[in-house]
Amino acid sequence: MKRRNFLTLSAGAAAGAALAACGNEGPGGGSGEGSGGGGEASYWSLSGEPGQPYRQAAADRWNKANPDAKITPTFFQNDAYKQKIKTALGANQAPTMIWGWGGGGLKSYVDAGQVEDLTDWLSQNAAVKDKILPSSFGAATVNGKVYALPVETVQPIVLYYNKKVFEKVGVQPPQTYGDILALIPKFNAAGIAPFSLAGQSRWTNMMWLEFMLDRQAGSEVFDNVFAGKQGAWSDPAVLDMLTKVQDLVKQNAFQKGFASTVADTNADQALLYTGKAAMMVHGSWSYGIQKANGGKFVADGGLGWMNFPPIDGGKGDPTNTVGNPGQYLSISSKASAEAKETAKKFFSTTLVDDEEKAGWVKSGGVPVLKGADSLFTGDDAQFLKDMAAIAAGAKTFAQSWDQALSPTAAEVLLDNIAKLFQLQVSPQQWVDNMNGVIGK
Amino acid sequence: MALPAFVMFVFFGIIPLLGVIVLSFATWNGITPTIELTGLTSWRAALSNPSLPNAIWVTFLIMALSWLVQTPISILLGVFMARQTRYRGFLSVLYFIPLLLSSAAIAITYKSLLDPSFGIGAGLGIEALNQNWLGEANLAIATLIFVVSWQFIPFHSLIYQGAVRQIPHSMYEAAQIDGAGRVRQFFGITLPQLKYTIITSSTLMVVGSLTFFDLIWVLTAGGPGDATRALAVQMYQQGFQASLMGPASAIAVILVLTGLALSLLLRRLGGRSDESQLEGA
Repeated sequence: MKRRNFLTLSAGAAAGAALAACGNEGPGGGSGEGSGGGGEASYWSLSGEPGQPYRQAAADRWNKANPDAKITPTFFQNDAYKQKIKTALGANQAPTMIWGWGGGGLKSYVDAGQVEDLTDWLSQNAAVKDKILPSSFGAATVNGKVYALPVETVQPIVLYYNKKVFEKVGVQPPQTYGDILALIPKFNAAGIAPFSLAGQSRWTNMMWLEFMLDRQAGSEVFDNVFAGKQGAWSDPAVLDMLTKVQDLVKQNAFQKGFASTVADTNADQALLYTGKAAMMVHGSWSYGIQKANGGKFVADGGLGWMNFPPIDGGKGDPTNTVGNPGQYLSISSKASAEAKETAKKFFSTTLVDDEEKAGWVKSGGVPVLKGADSLFTGDDAQFLKDMAAIAAGAKTFAQSWDQALSPTAAEVLLDNIAKLFQLQVSPQQWVDNMNGVIGK
Repeated sequence: MALPAFVMFVFFGIIPLLGVIVLSFATWNGITPTIELTGLTSWRAALSNPSLPNAIWVTFLIMALSWLVQTPISILLGVFMARQTRYRGFLSVLYFIPLLLSSAAIAITYKSLLDPSFGIGAGLGIEALNQNWLGEANLAIATLIFVVSWQFIPFHSLIYQGAVRQIPHSMYEAAQIDGAGRVRQFFGITLPQLKYTIITSSTLMVVGSLTFFDLIWVLTAGGPGDATRALAVQMYQQGFQASLMGPASAIAVILVLTGLALSLLLRRLGGRSDESQLEGA
């Protein structure tokens, strides 16, 4: 580790920023590996199942073919990564390739001049652009320009359920929200948590709000919030949705101790596949996690899934979904020219090749690369077909709220969501608090 | 030979502190290359944040409770360990172990043990251990105090053990001749003689509790809701999650000033520290 990096890292962001302000050109290689010569590039992404093995495989494929321009990946846990990457950007220690969710987070990088504009590069490399689903570019676009390459998988959020538990209790999967309400006391009576929820992670609770509001009132309310319209949360549908959510909490719809359950450790998935919980609202990536961690649960057909059911009398289109239209790789504007070149070559070759596509299918996900349908075979075929159908058939595929909004507004949102689930704030207080940060 | 230590302190203590003070008068989201000085904007934002009163309350609640729990137990353990001649070395090492573990590791371990679905209660089938330890506001605070105490009582016990062994034996002999029993000796001699040690240990506890972050972050992340969101957690969330480095730095400055004020206050409470502790010497 080079002395300068060591000092920058140790003295914390403040001193790092002071150094950065003195025009210290940070090396292209992040995390103190020194300046990678000869076009070496670094790449930060998320650890764990189901994605890490395929991210590693992509880097390995590239390194085998390009031994003189190596790519070094580093993996972080989801919740930790969100802060780690910001700190690194602020201290000029960002990796060459920055993994992200697009949307508001990407916009803050763009506003800070931290990421490369890829618009021209994509128009020169139309062949690359044509391989990727057009719908995934929305969250990569800021002010009409594209700042990230959509990668990996389309991830709608779905309602999972444990078929064995349903059989044991002798009930049918819910068709409507009314059915869900009817199921809650039945599962509680059987000593099984109706829903598993990783409440400490907060974005997990948010998935509930996203669906309930969409099914209740359609996608307009959040569109208005996103557009920065003053008082957008004051729609009566929001109050209604928040009241419904608090009713769920009061009826013990979630497992005991949900407020201290963490998604990063996959404890919420474990509740479902061990049969301690009957249902769970979670992203499509959960399928891969349960396959990897749940023993024979998925292989034996224990896992069921569906799009979130409609609410009786709700205005929302029941085909709508929310989630991640893709994952996004940006190139750090602080990287050396050679490293940027390496990253772009990696984008235009490895990340859009057939092995990449097949890998993500194998992980249990629907790739953002076109023409993956023919690969949906074997054990996961049904799940993949269903996810692709949900993603393609959705009238609106809304981006997760915390990713769509700016980090500042997202933090207030997540904070208020956590308090809502603790019954610490009333629906009206929630609305007032959230109206206060619209457009921030 | 104070120079190397002083240089280190300037580099890793003073310079970052100055950086934080500058940042608290600036507006910065943590990632832009330039930092804009905006006077008191960040201070206003930090002080008018509706969640600040709760963070201050939680901070002082944790401070008071952890002091109240740790101090009596540490003194009693210290007295016990000082008396204990057999196995004393071995026991002292044993007591010291929790302090050698990293807070994050301790927190992760307790988090797993206390999980209502997969923790020790569920594993052993003991229903009483199956409480919602970290998912219910009051229990979460209590659990947090327990884990903090588990980690730091050994350290304070050692301080007290050393102090008790400094007390001249002749005083106890005199007390015995006067017919004082064990309890009377403890309150009449041991406790008054430990005055300065109590001040020192309390200063460490109080100032240390201001900066509890890792334990809280891993155990509850400030939750449920905001029940365990102390100032250090609030600072982190403002800075690194909400990208508001200015207000986060303002909270950091508040923490520094609070720590300084509390240490000075405790010193004043301790009276003049240059008077001899030994009777008649």
